[in-house]
Amino acid sequence: MIEMIELAASEPNSPLLPVWPEVGIGLICFGIIFFAFYKKLLPNINKTLDERRESIEGGIEKAESIQAEARQTLDSYKELLAEARHEAARLRQEAQEQGASLIAEMRAEGQRQREEIIAAGHTQIAADRRQATEQLRQDVGQLAIELAGRLVGESLEDHARQSRTIDRFLDELEEQADGPVPSRTEAGR
Amino acid sequence: MSNEEVLAFETDCHLFQDCGFPAPSVWSFLFEPIFTVGPIEFNKIMLLALLGTALILTFFWAAFANPKVVPGKLQMVAEAGYDFVRRGVAREIMGKKGEPFVPLLVSLFFFVWVMNIWAVIPFAQFPVTSAIAFPAVLAAVVWVTYMTVTFRTNGFVGGIRNLCVPSGLPKPIYVILTPIEFFSNVILRPFTLTVRLFANMFAGHLLLLLFITATWYMLGTLGGTLYAIPAFVFALILTGFELFIQALQAYVFVVLTANYLSQALEEAH
Repeated sequence: MIEMIELAASEPNSPLLPVWPEVGIGLICFGIIFFAFYKKLLPNINKTLDERRESIEGGIEKAESIQAEARQTLDSYKELLAEARHEAARLRQEAQEQGASLIAEMRAEGQRQREEIIAAGHTQIAADRRQATEQLRQDVGQLAIELAGRLVGESLEDHARQSRTIDRFLDELEEQADGPVPSRTEAGR
Repeated sequence: MSNEEVLAFETDCHLFQDCGFPAPSVWSFLFEPIFTVGPIEFNKIMLLALLGTALILTFFWAAFANPKVVPGKLQMVAEAGYDFVRRGVAREIMGKKGEPFVPLLVSLFFFVWVMNIWAVIPFAQFPVTSAIAFPAVLAAVVWVTYMTVTFRTNGFVGGIRNLCVPSGLPKPIYVILTPIEFFSNVILRPFTLTVRLFANMFAGHLLLLLFITATWYMLGTLGGTLYAIPAFVFALILTGFELFIQALQAYVFVVLTANYLSQALEEAH
């Protein structure tokens, strides 16, 4: 190898021997490039790369926080919805209960009124009947007296006795008639 | 200038014209100075080095001087390149400890790559890294960094042990191994780093030159043109191949650098 170098060096400007001006130029050129990279360019780009990484990471973080917020909002909405549903169910239940009690009350009231009306009707009917009976009794008495007077041709003197006889007669009649009367009122209900 | 010294592509010689094929040679790597300042001859190689440096600086300045959190197209491309070295080389090989060396690795990668790429740029068409001064300078920078990191993290004795005495071997072996390790790590490493890059680019340039000058040389007559066509096709194929090699060599250079540095860091315990 050394022989080769010597052989090459025997000619002027051998390609295996560095030319000193070229060494100088090479050193200067490389030095400038290294200096530029070392002092300015690479710190610059490293700063930018860091910034980029941070901004990407920041973006991811931001997206995550927004997502979390959205999830939270969704949860709260769901909760609200469930609450509302529950409340609605409760109200419905309450209304149902209220309605049922109202209906029961109304029914009771209706029953009461009906019974009242029926009772009043009964009373009325009884009064009417009593009145009619009284009237009828008098009329029958009158008619019977008249008839008897006509038949006998004289008026009966003992009015009181006469009246008792009639009454007795009528009571008998009434007792006979009283049997079917209650059954008629049962059917009317 | 003797006949030998005529640069290959300066000839106007064709097949069957009674002049020999101007095969590319060492002279293809030498250039007339553009101007001379004192003892310094400013030639095309230096011009390309300066232009390449300006290119790298312009590109990365435009991309990274005012970086945006939401990157534009230029910044995105530059970020991809930066990320390739930072993640693909520094993080991959050195881990978290590689972070302080990212500027060095990024500078190395783009410097080497751009200087390599000049080989296929029209009108430039010369890989700056095929001038051995440039790989040598870079290897020297790597070597100095390597040594500094080794001795700074391990101290003097630890550093020597790190460089020359691999642990966990039976004692007699160290008699042989220590000199070999010293030679390999301290002397050979910068040398191989230089020569690998230099030789790849040198050979690549020679190959391209060979096929392109052959194409040019054989043009002119019908028979010659028939030969010129495959030569030209090969020149195109090799251009693609060289594009690959240029990127690969830049990558290999930073990967090796990262390896050396991680070795200097990791065997501290």
